[in-house]
Amino acid sequence: MTFMDKFFAKRSAATFRPSRRQFLAGTAAVGAGLTIGFPASGQAPAAAVPNPFAGYVRIGTDNVVTVMSAHMDMGQGVYNGIATLVAEELGADWSTIRVDGASGNLALYGNAAWGGTAQGTGGSTAMSSSWERYRRAGAIARTMLVSAAAKAWNVPASEIAVSKGTLFHAASGRGATFGAFADAAAKEPVPQNVALKSPAEWTLIGKQGQRRYDSAPKTNGTHDFTIDLRFPGMLIATVEHPPVFGGKVASVDATAAKAVPGVVDVVTIPTGVAVLARDTWAAIKGREALQIVWDETSAEKRGTAELRAEYLAALDVPGTHVADTTGDAQAALGRAVKTIEATYEFPYLAHAALEPLNAVVRRQGDIIEVYGGHQIPDLYQALAARAAGTTPDKISMRIMKTGGGFGRRAVGDGDVVIEAVEIAKAIGFRAPVKLQWTRETDMAGGRYRPMYMHKVKIGIDAQGRLAGWHHRIVGQSILSGTPFAGMIQNGIDVTSVEGVAHTVYAIPDRRVELTSTQVGVPVLWWRSVGHTHTAYAMETAIDEVAAATGKDPVALRRELLAGKPKHLGVLELVARQAKWNEKPAEGIYRGVAVHESFGTTVGMVAEIRMTSATEFKVERVVAAVDCGVAINPDQVRAQIEGAVGFGLGSVLRERLTLEGGKVVETNYDQYRPLRIDEMPKVEVHIVASNAPPTGIGEPGVPLIGPAVANAYAAATGKRIRALPFETGVTQGV
Amino acid sequence: MQMQLDVNGRKIAVDAPPDMPLLWVLRDQLGMTGTKFGCGMAQCGACTIHLDGQPVRACQTPVETAVGAKIATIEGITDKIATAIRASWVKLDVPQCGYCQSGQIMSAVALLRENPKPSDEDIDAAMQGNLCRCATYQRIRAAIHDAAKSLA
Repeated sequence: MTFMDKFFAKRSAATFRPSRRQFLAGTAAVGAGLTIGFPASGQAPAAAVPNPFAGYVRIGTDNVVTVMSAHMDMGQGVYNGIATLVAEELGADWSTIRVDGASGNLALYGNAAWGGTAQGTGGSTAMSSSWERYRRAGAIARTMLVSAAAKAWNVPASEIAVSKGTLFHAASGRGATFGAFADAAAKEPVPQNVALKSPAEWTLIGKQGQRRYDSAPKTNGTHDFTIDLRFPGMLIATVEHPPVFGGKVASVDATAAKAVPGVVDVVTIPTGVAVLARDTWAAIKGREALQIVWDETSAEKRGTAELRAEYLAALDVPGTHVADTTGDAQAALGRAVKTIEATYEFPYLAHAALEPLNAVVRRQGDIIEVYGGHQIPDLYQALAARAAGTTPDKISMRIMKTGGGFGRRAVGDGDVVIEAVEIAKAIGFRAPVKLQWTRETDMAGGRYRPMYMHKVKIGIDAQGRLAGWHHRIVGQSILSGTPFAGMIQNGIDVTSVEGVAHTVYAIPDRRVELTSTQVGVPVLWWRSVGHTHTAYAMETAIDEVAAATGKDPVALRRELLAGKPKHLGVLELVARQAKWNEKPAEGIYRGVAVHESFGTTVGMVAEIRMTSATEFKVERVVAAVDCGVAINPDQVRAQIEGAVGFGLGSVLRERLTLEGGKVVETNYDQYRPLRIDEMPKVEVHIVASNAPPTGIGEPGVPLIGPAVANAYAAATGKRIRALPFETGVTQGV
Repeated sequence: MQMQLDVNGRKIAVDAPPDMPLLWVLRDQLGMTGTKFGCGMAQCGACTIHLDGQPVRACQTPVETAVGAKIATIEGITDKIATAIRASWVKLDVPQCGYCQSGQIMSAVALLRENPKPSDEDIDAAMQGNLCRCATYQRIRAAIHDAAKSLA
């Protein structure tokens, strides 16, 4: 569920679209003097239509249909979505569907939404990348099955019907299941042109009753994650990282660690010290017994308080770069009779997925198998090869389903994956190694949603119209210093300003400035990336404009979104479903927000009830979403429901704090995602559409914060401009 | 230390340090990986099992304290209530990533055993110790109600 579309994509094409060569140049930058290429099998997207049986779908003699997915599933349901596309056109029996992760063939698996330049899961692109590709694979596979049956039965192919995994020939009364013709079908010529079903013919896509194929194994403990992998002789590794980012190992005394029963070895790797043991508990105890002297001379020692002071100072001077200048914000502000000035603060956030990060490495003959939640498998393969001192063709990437992700498993240097390779290499690959980070390792491991601050000055003229919007953003670049740094354009990291720069609102005179800070805390995309903070600033600021001009918040948005049918459609739908025009129930206060990200527009109305002067409960959230065709409507709902809970937890009390460069919140006792007792009732309304699908994993997240903050303002008259709310309500203005 | 455990009705001999959490005995020694590791300090509930019918966090249960108790895990819980819970979980497609769901189901089964017709508030109180980072909470609530209804 991350986000590289901003860097690879055609959707943000307004900016640019890198070529594959640019991407390769980017990856090469990870190691000086090193050329990292894709595996030999990786080809630029080919003109010829690929044989679907050679990489998209496998049918066993047992009739099991296995779809090979180009995208990785971390819970967002892309395996289910892709399987739906294949099964629809193939005519498969849904109960026989399985899905495996695939990699190592750019021609087949390159992300189409990134122009095929790399395989990867991110930017909520999985369904848009798969929409044509996997429906076509299903249709071609069906055609080839029919051809094979027609030959065997000596009947015209046009007389063979396909339904639920079965081929029929009515006139002769012959029938067979897919499994009977799978081998023969794979050898049939690949048809170059197949017709896809029209929406009226769909039996799976868009159907309300369609269930996920993978719910049952998630209710009986049999759905396997990386943590569940077991191999004979496998050792479990834990790792101790420097207590501050940028620290290094000076010396290690492993005597006590090695004395812990079950501990087999202690090795120093580039990122820290690893303990290898026969079981996880011994690896944890062994790590506790390590005596390490760290070299912190080049480490980041600033804490959140120091960074906050520096960022506040940076907000007071012009940004180093201008991300958007339209009209003349300065002159327009000069005409203003009223101004709104607001400073927003956003903390570092941890992904905190429930399965702590891990990877497994095993050498089999001359092949090194690397198991994990590989969001960018070809890049990880190249990095693993470099770490192991071999070539990418000797590295076999095994893509596992993961217990959450939220962006954390797409890292430019492959962190936990490469660390596992380093550990295995340090013991000469003599045993399979499972590197399991503990919760504390995971939380203190960096790669956070960056801390950001915004300063906004908005003018309102005598007629109550917007007169200038000046917006300054300060924070770390996610792309800088990574293999994706080539995607920074004219000094602007689009992930820092997306959602503010080039806003969809009709704001004729605006200026968006950016100052990217240099901080040694590693940062990363976190479910919905820049929109996590930009939508909050924009949507609460628009609400302040409504209040300052005496306009209804929905009416003002309607005005500013004139000529934007998708946004207006969502706004009207959510307003209607939330009965915005009627007075809310006694004690209920409402707030609205509308925002587009990853090609999808979402509107939300949050209803809160005050439980004290500053405390409240979010009781209900009504959402409207336009994501193009809803391949699995119930999964679209599920993603929005989950996004509301994920986003609400983050704005209520999630924060990752640093003191003297050290992470304070290292477990769920201090870093507190939402729990069930705070989960509101969520109602999701989907705009009917047959347009190609856009993202759904991320776009719900940015809305809930501003919708709730606007409801809080409606209740109290106070604006929450510092997150999380736990902090912000005490600074309410 | 040699110990005998009663896991899902089977007597199993294990050899482990007495302070090793039951979680790691189950996962690493017995290969029962349905019980998950999330935090190691009883904050997330992913490792929830039943000890003599009571939901406990296996990451904070030293194995020696489980000797003599009936241990039930996600792999072995198959009574009427568990079957109903699973059916409702599938019917409503509760899981997203699924990682926390073993623990959620163990807590939900324990709740319905105590309280066959829980209110939303009862559910929130009983399930509050089980984190779901995908935030499938709305469907967890609905599935518990659905299972309670099917058992009534």
